[in-house]
Amino acid sequence: MKNLNEVCLDPNRIYHKFTETQRAGYIQALALPASRREDARGFRHAFCPITEMIKVEQLTKKYSGVTAISDLSFEVGKGEIVGFLGPNGAGKSTTMRILSSFMPATSGRALIAGHDVFRDSLKARMHLGYLPESVPLYGDMRVSEYLRYRGSLKGLGGKKLRNRVNVVKELCSVKEVENKLIATLSKGYRQRVGLADALVHDPDLLILDEPTIGLDPNQIRQVRELIKSLGERHTILLSTHILSEVEVTCSRVIIIHRGKIEASDTPGNLVGQLRTSGTVKLEAKTGGDDPIQLIEKIAGVKGVVATAEDGWQRCSIRIEAKSDLREDIFRLAVERRWIVRELTQERATLEDVFVELTHTDD
Amino acid sequence: MRRLFTLLQRELSVFYYSPIAYIVLFFFLILNGLSFWFAIALLNRAPSENTVVQVFFNSAFFWIAYLLVFPVITMRLFAEEFKLGTIETLMTAPVRDSEVVISKFLAALIFYLSLWLPSLLYFLIFSWLGNRSAIGSAGQLLAPYLLLLIMGMFNVALGCLASALTSNQIVAAMISLVLTIGIFFLTLINYVVNVSSPLLRDITAYVAQLDHMDSFSRGVIDSRVFIFYPSMTFLLLVITYQIFQYRRWRT
Repeated sequence: MKNLNEVCLDPNRIYHKFTETQRAGYIQALALPASRREDARGFRHAFCPITEMIKVEQLTKKYSGVTAISDLSFEVGKGEIVGFLGPNGAGKSTTMRILSSFMPATSGRALIAGHDVFRDSLKARMHLGYLPESVPLYGDMRVSEYLRYRGSLKGLGGKKLRNRVNVVKELCSVKEVENKLIATLSKGYRQRVGLADALVHDPDLLILDEPTIGLDPNQIRQVRELIKSLGERHTILLSTHILSEVEVTCSRVIIIHRGKIEASDTPGNLVGQLRTSGTVKLEAKTGGDDPIQLIEKIAGVKGVVATAEDGWQRCSIRIEAKSDLREDIFRLAVERRWIVRELTQERATLEDVFVELTHTDD
Repeated sequence: MRRLFTLLQRELSVFYYSPIAYIVLFFFLILNGLSFWFAIALLNRAPSENTVVQVFFNSAFFWIAYLLVFPVITMRLFAEEFKLGTIETLMTAPVRDSEVVISKFLAALIFYLSLWLPSLLYFLIFSWLGNRSAIGSAGQLLAPYLLLLIMGMFNVALGCLASALTSNQIVAAMISLVLTIGIFFLTLINYVVNVSSPLLRDITAYVAQLDHMDSFSRGVIDSRVFIFYPSMTFLLLVITYQIFQYRRWRT
């Protein structure tokens, strides 16, 4: 069964060797819902490819009475870049540490590429590149030496090891410091050495715990570009507090708060679902008109606040969610011959979603 | 097996890249040199039944060097990994906990054994200079080194255990020092208690390192140490493994 699991990871490779009946069974299995692809003992259907790189089921972790995460369930599919968000102490690092088999869960289970992170830990770890939050490195080693050491720990050797070390050095742009002692490197370089280490064995899955923390804006941009390019070949789960970054890089966002999942969707959908109403900004010369009275007559407007400045009226118009009243306001302005110099709709951002979902009054 | 070799290579390179290794080696050589000089001076003064080997391995300088070296070489093994947080990168790589424990133990043991090599050279040079009879037979010269290996295993394992207990190297060194010296002086119980029972004598005979060395340096090999120390070493390593795993899971 185990071997089949591995073979199935790359269905293309063995697809042609199937007999007609096997091929039919394979296609049939693909059509099954994920829950039915396993039998009661947890064995997979023989010809079922693994489509989810991470599968977390009812994961709970308690530290001496304190519940860090409770009953967490989610999946990350192959090729996804998932942003893992949440306030400090929400359980992000705990979840990532369990996924990387650093510590066991109190209950529930987690699978990496079909391997249980606790029972089949070594195999799960082979498929995984993990960058811990604090980026711990051995200061007494040189960069190349460290990457070679890590590569051979992860099962590489000989020519393959040399090649991979060179590739990741190029990829993470640490080539120029390859002969320096890690202890002498700046924070940005340390971060990139950590990333190079996570990548050295070319894992299917990358788990990055706050990869851009402590970097300057230029370095953040570089790391973001790197992550985006890695996303073409790897599945990535990353946690961060920089929400603009998530909006640009991630195909899906999981927001957790107090150890529970609050939301899991694409950044666009999350912003769309935000219940708080939007705002339209209007800046215009309205002549003798009172803009408040006129605008409030438009259907869908919930309230208007206006301030006058040098003859310009600056209006902040609150509107109902998921509506766009700019057209109506423009028509009104044309009709009343206002001179408009700004008409914009303020969009909710992921930050608004984050604050809405994880806001606590205490 | 290759993972174990990679880990061992890394652990050994830490010993020989760090200045601490050379400082340890420096003081170790001074103490060994003093011990050797003391042995020859003593034998020069008056006729004696003892060989140079016997006097060397029973001198105070020798025992001081022997006892102090364990905390120094074992204190950083696990404590440093916990302190730096590198335990997290180490244990999320596909390596077993047991491989980590074994590689650290072996690296410390190899380093410890390499510290004794120069003293072996003293004896060889001494015998080449024509004092063949002062050394005794080859067996008499090699037996103490065999004992150093056997007792060293035990004390290195004790140091591993102490280092796995804490993230602070100094605390690890203190624990290891207290345990090593405590066990070394356990035989003194016989002199302290008024009525020395034969049972107590039998028990302490197992850890009487002074007595072991006395007989081994005479060329008398006691089979008890070959059972007791390796099995205790194994036990200590198993406990170290359990503590290591427990601390990793608890963090």
